[in-house]
Formats: sequence, C-alpha cells, structure tokens
Amino acid sequence: MAVAVETVGLTKLFAGGDRPAVDHVDLATEEGEYLVLLGPSGCGKTTLLRMIAGLEQPSEGEVRIGGTLVNGLPPRVRRIAMVFQSYALYPHKTVRQNIEFPLKAQRLPSDERRQRAEWAAELLGLTGLLDRRPRQLSGGERQRVALARALVREPSVFLLDEPLSNLDAKLRALARDDLKDFHKRVGTTTIYVTHDQVEAMGMGDRIVVMLDGQVRQVGPPQAVYEHPADTFVATFLGSPPMNLIQGDDVIVGFRPEKALPAEVLGEGLDGHHRWSLEVHRIEYLSGDRHLHGLAAGLGKPTPVIVRLPATVLTPIETGTTHDFVLREDDLRYFDIDTERAHEHRAG
Amino acid sequence: MSTGLADREGFLARLMLLPAIVYIVALVAVPFVVAIAYSFSDVTAGNPGFDWVGLDNYRANWEDPVFRRALWNTFFFTAVTIALTIVLANIVALLFAADFRGKWVVRFLVLLAWTTPAALGAIAWVFMLDSLLSPIDWILQQLGLLDDQRHMVWLGKSGLAKASVIGVQVWRLVPLAAVIIMAGQTAIPDDINDAAAMDGAGFWRRLWEVTLPLTRPVIAVAVLFGAIVTVTDMSVVRVLTNGAPVNQTQVLASWAYVKGIDGGNLAQGAAVAVFLLPLLLAATVAILRAVRRWEVT
Repeated sequence: MAVAVETVGLTKLFAGGDRPAVDHVDLATEEGEYLVLLGPSGCGKTTLLRMIAGLEQPSEGEVRIGGTLVNGLPPRVRRIAMVFQSYALYPHKTVRQNIEFPLKAQRLPSDERRQRAEWAAELLGLTGLLDRRPRQLSGGERQRVALARALVREPSVFLLDEPLSNLDAKLRALARDDLKDFHKRVGTTTIYVTHDQVEAMGMGDRIVVMLDGQVRQVGPPQAVYEHPADTFVATFLGSPPMNLIQGDDVIVGFRPEKALPAEVLGEGLDGHHRWSLEVHRIEYLSGDRHLHGLAAGLGKPTPVIVRLPATVLTPIETGTTHDFVLREDDLRYFDIDTERAHEHRAG
Repeated sequence: MSTGLADREGFLARLMLLPAIVYIVALVAVPFVVAIAYSFSDVTAGNPGFDWVGLDNYRANWEDPVFRRALWNTFFFTAVTIALTIVLANIVALLFAADFRGKWVVRFLVLLAWTTPAALGAIAWVFMLDSLLSPIDWILQQLGLLDDQRHMVWLGKSGLAKASVIGVQVWRLVPLAAVIIMAGQTAIPDDINDAAAMDGAGFWRRLWEVTLPLTRPVIAVAVLFGAIVTVTDMSVVRVLTNGAPVNQTQVLASWAYVKGIDGGNLAQGAAVAVFLLPLLLAATVAILRAVRRWEVT
C-alpha cells in the first residue's frame, strides 16, 4: 500500500534558535490512518505539520507525499489540505464562497464548483448555512466549514492543527465524535496535532509522542499507554500519570489504576508484588477514589497516586497505612541514566 | 491623612486636557466659526465692519467662472489623486511587507516625503519642474525622448500643470496611505494567508480575494484622509503654479486665499473656503458608515 506521507531526517532550525524546533524526525503514515502528533506546547509538532504542508521549508531532511519528494514545492501542488486551529475562514466570504475558494483557485467551472461545494456541505451538515458568513456561525459550525473547505478538493492527506482547542469542553466532545465520524466516511489519511492526551488516545490509530523536536515514541494508543518508551511518555500520558519510584538500580513505574488493596485479591498470590501506602489525602473524582500518599516497599519511599475504581469498596481512611498489591506484569522498568524503558527488570 | 493635587483624578485629567482644548478652541474652533460668519457678511480687509448680507457672497462666487473652474478642479484633482494614491500605496505597502536587502533605506526614503512639509516639498518640485532647469527634462533629453533644445514647460501649459499638481499631491500622500494600508495588511491573521496558500491561491488571487477585501476598511480610511488633505490643501497649488496658467489650476483652497488674503475680500474668500464643508461632511459620514459595515472580523 502506498505511503501517504513520509518524512526522512526532517529538521527545522529557526534563525536565532539554539536547538532545532524539529530534530531529525522519521515518520511514515499508513494509508487511511489517523496519526496523532502529541506533545506539550513548543515540542515542534505544529512546525512538523507546517513543513509537511509546505508552509515552512525544512532546514534538512525530506518530505515525501505519495512517494514524491515535495521539498520546495508550494502547498497547492502537494494535494494536501489543512484545518487551522483558528479555522482561518475568510470572514468576508459566505460559507459557500469559503468552501468554493480552493476550487476557484483550481479554475474549475462554476457549475462544478457549486456541485462539489454542495456535496461537501451536505456531508458536514452545512446545507442550511451556505449563505451565512463565518461570524454568524457557532464554533462547531465554523469547524465544519473549515473541514468542508479542506474536503472539497479531495486531498490525499488532511492536516489538522489543534482543531478542537477553540471549542468549549462540551462542544469539544461532540466535535471529536464528528471528526472521527468524518474520517470514517472519507477514509483519507489524516495527521492530527494536539497537546491534549484525551484527544490523542481517543482518536488516533497511532500516536506520535514528541518532546523538544524529537519523536519519543510511535505506536497505537494502548501500546503507548501500557508500554511507554521512556519516563517522559510515562508521565505525559495518563491522568493521573504513571507513578515513578526510584529503585536500587532502576526506576520502577506503575499506572495508578493498576494497584489494588491487598484484601481484594486475597493472600499468597503468585506473580504479585505487595507494598504499603501511607494515605495522606483522598480525592473523590467521577466515582473513583484517588489516594495520594507515600509508597513503601517498591523502592525509595515516594509520593504516589493510586486510583481505585468505583467498584472497589474497601474502606480506606486518610492517615492510615494500607497494604496494596501490583501484578508483576504491570510494573514497568526504566534505566536510571537514560530513562528509557527496559524490556524486563534489569539486573 | 493628606492628599495632594495629583490624587484628585478629575482635577488632574482636566489639567492635562487643558492645553489641547485651548489649542483646538483657539486655532480650530474660533477661525472656523469666524469663517462661517464672515461668509454671510461684507467684511473686507479695508472695512472690517460686520454687515449681514445673507447668501450674496455665495451667489457672487457661483457666477464667477474662476470659482467654477476651481470647484471642478478640486473635485477632479482629488479624485485622480486618490485613485493614483490608493493604487501606489497598495504596491508600496506590499513592498514594505516583503523582505529584501536595503529594505529600511527604501522605507526611510518613502516616509521622507510624508515628513516633509507640503510647502517645502512643493518648492523642491518647483525646481524639478522648472521651465529651463528641470532635471526631469534633462533626463528625458538624455533618454532621447525630448529634443536637446526643447523643454516640457511643465507648469506653463494647462494640461501639464494640472498633471504636475496631481503628481505632487500623490507624491506627498502615498507614504501616509501606504503606512495606513500596511497596518491593515499586517492585521490580517497569518492563518488566513496560510489558508489561502493551502487552498492553492497564487499571488493575484490572494491579493484580489483575500488581501484587498480584508483591507477595505483601512483603504476607506486612507481615502478619507487623502481626500480631506487634498481638498483642503492650498500650499501645493499656491507654491507650484499659483493658479497659472490664468487660473487654470486654481482649486477652492488656493482661490479662497487669492480672494480673501491677496484681494482683501475676506467675506468672499470665506464663502469660497466654507463652500465645500457640507459636502465634505456628508462624504466623511458616508465613508465612516461604510467602514463600519465592512469591518467583518
């Protein structure tokens, strides 16, 4: 199958920057996949996206689209479409004119433009809004117009730059469904940039976690969550994040929801690790209990968070010390110096 | 507890506004009211006694062919000046926005024309357009476009003199208009320009369909500024041609000066000066309302 987008050693050094904004990134999308670039702000994910779009020229490395080297080519010949964080609709044009604009730039005859704009508008539920101007639309409607404008050229790749961050929380959940549903119907390869792990986990076929211009891990959401490649990924994903405890020669990590009170599992189980938690504070969030406290028996005594699901009813009081167990399989080990993950517990 | 004068906010505000208010009242409001009053009187430099004469001055002016010529010239010069200014200012604004070597030198030189007082600039142009010494003639001669012994006599022929007046007005207005338009272009979000690039728009399509429509409000402001400055300016005509040849290049502002100050007929001069006030007011209101309608973002 054809690879839609590929980057080879892609690097961007801005004038006056002391380190590259994007640092030797090798990525390849699979046909039709939803690839999410995830990272804290300033990690280079938007710059990477803009280099793929052709809005930014790389300092080094290659961008290939559909197998063709596109370095130096302007955006319009790359057969890609982009949705901006601000949506960047043309405020003086109606919804119809906004959607038709890319087709006008392609010099399509007006009846064909009309037809395709109406097709795109229908696909995104904008038929009744075609004569409105952007300022007369809600945030969600604007986003759909931006999608329609991107869709109408039938690009081979969609680039989405934090398209949900301008929406309020309620609308964001709805818009996330819309986006995912839209992708299911058009099936076009999509690269999606976000700093929100919930969006990344919920929407991505694969997640690319970035920090300081470098790719730290690439993989399906579950794999990235369960088997973080390093301590950064371990603590960036998950809410609350993975607990990290300094051991003798290794860093031990476990997800807050993996620990259970000892009595829930009973005594003498094989392959389980028993430890104790001095509970300092209990937070009651969405039915789950978050226990903040000091862990002993896993390494140096360290503040950790344990997340007890609503189904675990064991009474636990603030100020007491309680025994917990963790399956050996749920423990993760990281090198003390490099902070990279070990496959097994190192000797 | 004691408080100083500076703690009394109302007092301080009034104190600081005072110089501006005195300035506006003394140099704008008073002459303005006096001019309107004079235009309905028979005041002359020799006989300052105020007698109400109603619309006599306006009637007399209207019957004067020079006044009509000046009125027409005012409209004509302003319209052509503004049209040329807006086109050139857009080009200059786009040049300012682009990145090239020596950009600041070009910016400095263009803005220089704006910082030069109109009268001073006009004096320089008197030399540039001199009937015998004109450097423009010399350049045309060197290029072989003009016989060595011949001269254009820029300011001596009606058509060329009018073109010269318009040329100098454009020269002096372009920098201001360019700065205004450049501010408007800078205010267009980067995302919009990026989106246009992604949508496949080339330079011209982006100019016509994105940049110009989005800068329309500031272009309208530039038109308004330019029109007011051109209509009310007397110094360029006064210095450049003084109305020559035979009042062919006279505009209302310069004709008001000739009548009222040179000729001493203060009443008629005032009537000439005040004549366009209602029209300018109406145009200003119309443009400002259009600007508000266009401000879509």
